[in-house]
Formats: sequence, C-alpha cells, structure tokens
Amino acid sequence: MSTMTDPPKADFRLSMLINDTRYRSLTFQVIAAIVIALSIWYLGNNLIQNLRAAGLNISYSFLGDSSGYDINQRLIEYDSQSSHGRAAVVGILNTLLVAFLACITATVFGVIAGVLRLSNNWLVSKLMAVYVEIFRNIPVLIWIIIIFTIMTAVLPAPRAFRGDAATSSMLFDAFAFTNRGVYIPRPEFANGLFGATILNWLLVIVVLIGSWFASHEIEKRATLKQEETGERPKTFLVKLAVWLVPFALLMLIMGLTWDIPALKGFNFSGGIKVGGPLIALWFALSIYTGAFIAENVRAGIQAINKGQTEAAAALGLRPGRIMNLVVLPQALRVIIPPLISQYLNITKNSSLAIAVGYADITATLGGITLNQTGRAIECVLLLMLFYLTASLLISMAMNIYNASVKLKER
Amino acid sequence: MKKSVILGAATIAGLAAGAAAAGTIDDVKARGKLNCGVTTGLVGFAAPDANGEWQGFDVSLCRAVAAAVLGDANAVEFVPTTGKTRFTALASGEIDMLARNTTWTFSRDVDLKFEFTGVNYYDGQGFMVPKALGVSSAKELDGATVCIQTGTTTELNLADFFRSNNISYEPVPIETNAEAQQQYLAGSCDVYTTDASGLAATRATFEAPDEHVLLPEIISKEPLGPLVRHGDHEWGDVVRWTLNALVSAEELGVTSANIDELSGGTDNPEINRLLGTEGTLGEMLGLDADWAAKAIKAGGNYGEVFAKNIGEETPIGLARGLNAQWTEGGLLYSPPFR
Repeated sequence: MSTMTDPPKADFRLSMLINDTRYRSLTFQVIAAIVIALSIWYLGNNLIQNLRAAGLNISYSFLGDSSGYDINQRLIEYDSQSSHGRAAVVGILNTLLVAFLACITATVFGVIAGVLRLSNNWLVSKLMAVYVEIFRNIPVLIWIIIIFTIMTAVLPAPRAFRGDAATSSMLFDAFAFTNRGVYIPRPEFANGLFGATILNWLLVIVVLIGSWFASHEIEKRATLKQEETGERPKTFLVKLAVWLVPFALLMLIMGLTWDIPALKGFNFSGGIKVGGPLIALWFALSIYTGAFIAENVRAGIQAINKGQTEAAAALGLRPGRIMNLVVLPQALRVIIPPLISQYLNITKNSSLAIAVGYADITATLGGITLNQTGRAIECVLLLMLFYLTASLLISMAMNIYNASVKLKER
Repeated sequence: MKKSVILGAATIAGLAAGAAAAGTIDDVKARGKLNCGVTTGLVGFAAPDANGEWQGFDVSLCRAVAAAVLGDANAVEFVPTTGKTRFTALASGEIDMLARNTTWTFSRDVDLKFEFTGVNYYDGQGFMVPKALGVSSAKELDGATVCIQTGTTTELNLADFFRSNNISYEPVPIETNAEAQQQYLAGSCDVYTTDASGLAATRATFEAPDEHVLLPEIISKEPLGPLVRHGDHEWGDVVRWTLNALVSAEELGVTSANIDELSGGTDNPEINRLLGTEGTLGEMLGLDADWAAKAIKAGGNYGEVFAKNIGEETPIGLARGLNAQWTEGGLLYSPPFR
C-alpha cells in the first residue's frame, strides 16, 4: 500500500503569466486579441466620426428608392422604376449565373487539358503545356477584354443580316451570331399543362429526374444480375427508351414549338439572347481558370502511384478505362481541395464584368447604384457581405463533396 | 505581419483624418501644385496632346485656377477620373477640384456634399447614330441598343426619355468615352448617347465624321461645371471667382492680347478691380492682387478658351449657342466684380 498525497498547489502569482509556460501562450493570445479588438474599434470609430463630421451617416434606406436606370441582362422582372435593392438582386443573379457557367466549363477545360498534358503524344502534351502557360500567365482582365474585342470586331453587326444583299446569314435559319450576342431559338409550349411557364419547366425537370432514377435502377439491376450469373444484360436500348419516351411524350402533349429569332427593327427579337458580354466573360473565366485546374488535375494524376496504372494495364484495361476507372477516382482526392479555391476565384473574378459591360453585382450595386446614390461605404459593405457569403457557401458545398470522396479511414 | 498591417491601416486612417481638417487653399499653396480631376480623355475638353501635355476646355480652367493661386499655369497635376471614380476622388481629397464636364444636379450638390462653383458649359444630352441607319429622330429608336457611360446623369435621362415615350431600348454600359467609341464604331450598339458637346468631340476623332449624325432631340439640361468639396468655402470661392473672372474678362473685352496693356490701368473701374489695379478683391480671396490677371493670361478669357478648344474653328466645331455672353443672347452671366 502506498500513500499518495497531492503535490502542494503552488500559489498563483502574477509573474507566472509571463514565466510559466502553462499560462504564457494564453497571456500573449489575450493581449493580441485585445490589441486587435482595439484597432478594429479605433478604425471603425474613426470611420464613423469622420463620416459624421462630413455630414454623412450610414443608412440603407436608398435600397428602397427607385433606381432610375436600366439593366440589359436580367433574369427577373426589372425596369428603371424598380428599387436599388432589386437592381442589386438582378446583379447577384447575373454574378451567380456567370460563376456557375464558368465553373462547369472551366472544370471541363481543366480536366481535358490536365489529362492530355500527360499524354504520350508529344504534340498533344506540348500543345496543352502551351495552353496552360499562356492562359494562366496573362491576367484574366486582359483575356476578358481581348475576347470581347475580338467578338465585337469579328462578328457581324445585326444590320449585316438585313436586306437582299445581306453580308451575313443565320446558321440553319435559327441561330444568329452577332457582335451583340448569340441569338438561339427558345422552346415554348403551345398548350402547357400549367398556366405559368415556370411550372411547365419544373414538370420537364421532374420528368428528367424520374428518368435518371429509372436508368440508375436499371443499371443497378444489371450489376446485380452480372454478379449472380456473370453475364451483363444489355441495357443501352432500355435506358435510351427510359430517357426518351417520357420526354418525347411530354413534349408532344405540351405542344413544343420553337420561338426563332428574327431581325426586327434594330435588333434580332424573339429567341434567347446570350449577350456578348456574358459570352466573353464566361469564356475568358473558363479558359483562364481552366489552365489552373489543368495543373491541379495533372498534379492529382501524378500523385497516383505509377503501379496503379501498370497493375490496371496488366489486368488488360485499355488506357481510356485506366484513366476513368482507376486513376481519376483516386486523383479526385488530391484534385478537389485546390479545385475549391479555383471555384472561389471564378466567383470573385467575375467582378471584372464591368470591363465588358456585364451587369453583375459589382456593376449594379457597386457601380451604378453607388454612383447615383453616393452611398459608397454602404454599397461596398453589402458587396463584401455578398462575396463573403457566396464564397463560404461554395466552399461549404465543395467541402461536403470532398468529404464524400476522400479516403475513409475506418 | 498581422500587427504591422493593422498599424499601417491605423496610420493611414489617422493621416486621412488629419488631412481633412486643413483648408484646401493652404494645402495647394504648400504643395505648390493643384491636383485637378479631369476626364480620362475627351478631345477638346481634356485630353493629352501629342507631347503628353493636357489640353482642352476643362483643362484650361484647371490651369487658370493654378495660375490664380500659384502664379504658374503649369503647376497642375492632372488626375484622370472616370464617371465612376470622380466623386470618390474628390471626396477623399485626392483631387482639389473636379473639372470633368460634370452635371450640376440637386443630389450631387446637396446629398453628395459637393459644391458646384458655377457653370462653364451649358449642355444637353443628345444622340449620335450612323447615317446609314436612316434615323431622323430619337423617337424612332424603339428597340435600339444604346451605348452609355455608366455612372452619369445621362444613364438616368436615357431611362426617363425612353419610358416617357413608351419605347424600349437595350443599354450597353461603358466605362470610358474611348471604349464607347470603339463599341459604337464596331456596331455593337446602334446609338451613342452622352452630352451633345461630348458627342461632337467624339465624332471629330472618327475617321469619317460625315457618316454619323447627331439627332435633333436634346433630352435634358446638363449644366456642366467645376466642383469642390462642400464646406471649404474659401477654396470654393477661389474656383468660383476664377471662372467668373474668365467670363467677365470676355464681357469686358479683356483678352490675353491686351491684358498687359490694360493691367497698367484703364478708365473702366470694373476692369481695374478685376485686374487688381484698384481695390482689394485679391486680398479678400487670400490671393495676390493680380490673381485674375494671371488666370486670364493662362489661356485667355472664356471666349478665347472656347474658341481654341471646342469652337467652330476646331474639328469639334461647337457653336457658342447657350454659352454666349448674356449680352449676345446666351446664358453666361458673371456676377459683378465689386
């Protein structure tokens, strides 16, 4: 039996905050926190006092006032009588639209270029190296302007389509490529099942999702069958039918027609207009960020042990299948974390939109509204809040995806 | 690292707070240079010439103020500003005055806390279209694509004009005049709209100016003038009365050619007061007695400045119109020098 006594408790002395390693780090952190808080308070107070001295107060009431200006690309109803707040929402939607489109295409460009850069074909790999080096080493603003300038200079103006001796004509009589944008036919439903167009489109999406689930189910059953019998039933035709038949039936019932753009007055009207600024911004962001993603993809692939490729080749898999089935799924774990920051970059770089007159949030709220109301600080704070929220949401979504593909240790 | 950034920011904030307190006129004198905000380039109003020297109608006003305050018409630092950056540049103290064909409006004067010190050009918003379009009135522009400089009053006038005439248009927002010109010439917009003087100036730089017409409609009042920060009245007075001096000089027949002779003293007391040979007007402003004479010598009186930069003899070819002296049916009317 042994008796244990507690070691004598040392009295706490103030000098221990500095000398005792147990407390020292805490002390310094508290001091740093106080200094930072004081600095922020000082800067904020300075701002508010100077604003007050200049007779300006922080106020967001301008968001409810009528904006007085028009916006060329709007995803929701908007006119010059709408409020500044609504103009900001139009801008937010435009930012999200171009960011979403550019993220998708940049990923496609990046994956293709990254994989091809590792190709054994000398010409292909060198071409991709040139693409990556040229595009990521020139600022994206320059690319946006170059692409936009080329578009406006090379593509014909709408008036070139006019008259009997027109110098330009529409592709398939349905698509018009002009220097103001690309006009494409718009699908319309002559006798939709619902009054509102959006509900009809929702129905189409529901049907497509249903088809996706059905084809997924068919695939799963085929796999089960294969595991039982060793023979995989042919599913291609059934799957095709599952996709096409319900869709075609729905289109037939709802009476699908196409609204084809036609030259009317100064511009084409009808159809969907994909504006020149949107195309230029979208394409520039895609190829620029695509070059970075290509490097991420290359790094990810090269991080996979060569033994994996060789083992797969020994099993008789062809190069394409090795890439798709063996290498890329493993490489994804390395690729996704840097991919998140590329997506954030796209979203933030989309604020360069005003260079080509694209009405994103920086152009509406941070540009015209700021200018017309003079509420610079309020607008910039709102802009910061928006970009911060958007970036954090993208980051969160991608982290959830990352968690689902990363190596699970059990 | 983090700490040094914060300290740096705190220093800058402290400096900014200090700078706002002193009077602009003392700042300018201490600096020996006038910081004057101008456009990024609008030939005739403010644009660098082949030698890199800024020239133009607005530039002349900057030079006149510099001459009045510092005695040297070249002691000007020209700061190019866009429609978007101009007010921030002025409010933050980056520039001492803004002479950038800026429209005097209620909200800019009252809400944005600026002080317009007069009108140096009475303008109105117009439209320019290619002749080939066959348009003869702005009311025929239904459905047109319109290039506008963003952050200007023209943007709001345009929306109002099309709405009140119940016709539609598609705006193409542009940052600078040069970009607008490029877009317009490439045909990516049908119409370019801005102040009529700006349209004339832009058209003058085209390869084939004859192929473009200005439509007859003038859809707004655009009194363009120099402005300073609200609250610094001494400095506001200097800019206001320098402009008035140029206008009065034309009215009184004082030109850069005869000013030396007139400075010796004349029989006209108003000329004497203007040129500082009589009375103490300069002292009241906190300047030398011959401040106005120096301002006029910098580029001539209002009429000379107008004729040299944008008048009918120049490629821009603007008539005096509303900008003639009140004695000749125009709106230029300087308060008396007394």
